Amino acid sequence: MSILAFIEQRNGQVRAVSREVLGEATRLAEKLGGPVVGVCVAATDPGLAALGEAGATRVLLARHEAFAQYDAAGYARAVVAAVEAVKPAVLLFGATAIGKDLAPRVAARLGAGLANDCTALSAEGGKLIATRPVFAGKANLKLAFPRVPAIASLRPRAFAAVSRNGAAAAVEPLAFAYDAQASRARVTRLAASAGGKADLTESEIIVSGGRGLKGPENFKVIEELAEALGATVGASRAVVDAGWRPHSDQVGQTGKTVSPKLYVAIGISGAIQHLAGMSSSRCIVAINKDPEAPIFKVADYGLVGDLFEVVPALTKAVKELNEKSG
Amino acid sequence: MLQVVCVKQVADTETRVKVAADGKSLDPAGVTWILNPYDEFALEQALAIREKQGSGEVVVISLGGAGVQSTLRNALAMGADRAIHVRADRAFDSLGVARALAAEIAPLKPDMVWLGRQAVDDDAAQVGPMLAELLELPCVTVVAHFELDGSKAVAEREIEGGREVVEVTLPALFTTDKGLNQPRYASLKGIMAAKKKPIDEKPAAPAEPVLEVVSLELPPPRGAGRVVGQGVAAIPELIRALREEAKVI
Repeated sequence: MSILAFIEQRNGQVRAVSREVLGEATRLAEKLGGPVVGVCVAATDPGLAALGEAGATRVLLARHEAFAQYDAAGYARAVVAAVEAVKPAVLLFGATAIGKDLAPRVAARLGAGLANDCTALSAEGGKLIATRPVFAGKANLKLAFPRVPAIASLRPRAFAAVSRNGAAAAVEPLAFAYDAQASRARVTRLAASAGGKADLTESEIIVSGGRGLKGPENFKVIEELAEALGATVGASRAVVDAGWRPHSDQVGQTGKTVSPKLYVAIGISGAIQHLAGMSSSRCIVAINKDPEAPIFKVADYGLVGDLFEVVPALTKAVKELNEKSG
Repeated sequence: MLQVVCVKQVADTETRVKVAADGKSLDPAGVTWILNPYDEFALEQALAIREKQGSGEVVVISLGGAGVQSTLRNALAMGADRAIHVRADRAFDSLGVARALAAEIAPLKPDMVWLGRQAVDDDAAQVGPMLAELLELPCVTVVAHFELDGSKAVAEREIEGGREVVEVTLPALFTTDKGLNQPRYASLKGIMAAKKKPIDEKPAAPAEPVLEVVSLELPPPRGAGRVVGQGVAAIPELIRALREEAKVI
């Protein structure tokens, strides 16, 4: 039995998460057996042969000019055609905006089980077991799959890619029926976010601000530190609900779950729904004037003080460091 | 115009998760149950459309045990016209929920179906697109901006690093993100009126499970950190720790 990996492309570029998915597929194939096959839905070949280095032995390409933009119904038909052709034991997606939209549609078509946004996969007794955070990370759920294929989407940045120097994947056209009538939702435009801001879930460093900022205008001190660190700005639910920051900035249970290498929480007390969304960060720094704030219980490094004094001084120190390391 | 809003009863976001004795589910002791916050945006959007059009019906539907009737009553108090309670006294996986909801929703032939982008308990984010597939409807997930013009809708969704603008012809299904609107509170009048609105209880058709829960576990607690100091004077030590110990800057 093989492992089928959905290869996501946008604007003719294979997305980084697809190499992570192929990496995990390669590790699973060692335990469950079978070749690693990719399926890509696109208007043109985004350089799929190169995915041999990422672990794919072959990649099926479902090509249609309509696939220049994401089309849920068309993509789902193509992926189901690939499943029928390959008959995989496991089907993997990246848990991206596209992956989380597409995987449930494919699972419903196949009548198979899906575990979305997984952070770990394992094989027990020749069967896939998927681990996924629930309650925004307050707990982990382990799932087994009574039906074949087992379908899982993998959280970006949670799985490592592999590198096989010089290997090339065979790229083969995938036969499928495109039905324009079925595609009644059409992407007409992509709008870049303001300032080309990175998505929080894809950021290496996040600097988040909370109610301690006292007002939206004071987020300037957060933005300046974020700029010095090359970080993305996040926010607590309290300041999003107050209208100080857009919802896309919110970290926590009704916002984003993030796991950057460095998370700096400034003026955030640490409500349980916020902690749920950032506790899997590799390193957490908290700056808060209240030494009893719950955020200090999860922080690797805490600094007690007035953020309006501490943060500008920290920004200055980081800038000096940047200059020194040139 | 007939709109259906699917809602779920979930544990409040302030809940401290404890694992039940079966090792597979949330211990319900002491949990406060609320309407899934993302579903409030779905309901608000449907209500606002009905009000703008001056006519139409908003039907709320939920799957679960007897307890979900309080959540349905809450949705009726916000302004939904009637409710369907798909009675299920055991846990369903996402596809099972989608199948049971689809069986009730399909005969209504709704113009629009609304759900929250995900439930804040299992965070699965699956029932919406699965339901769209089963109802053979186009769907836009995680909608943060929405405009309706006759039978055409333009929906915007957040994607990595930007927004995707999607045009769709009704009937269609949408899942809603926070930021789409500001959900109303139930008024006293609404709460009184809700007591007289019908909740139609129907048994969920038995569904073959496609997922099996192996375990629910709490993540290992983070190791205790340390306070590097007070105020500006502690910054050199913080920088040193981040560079030399954590190696993150």
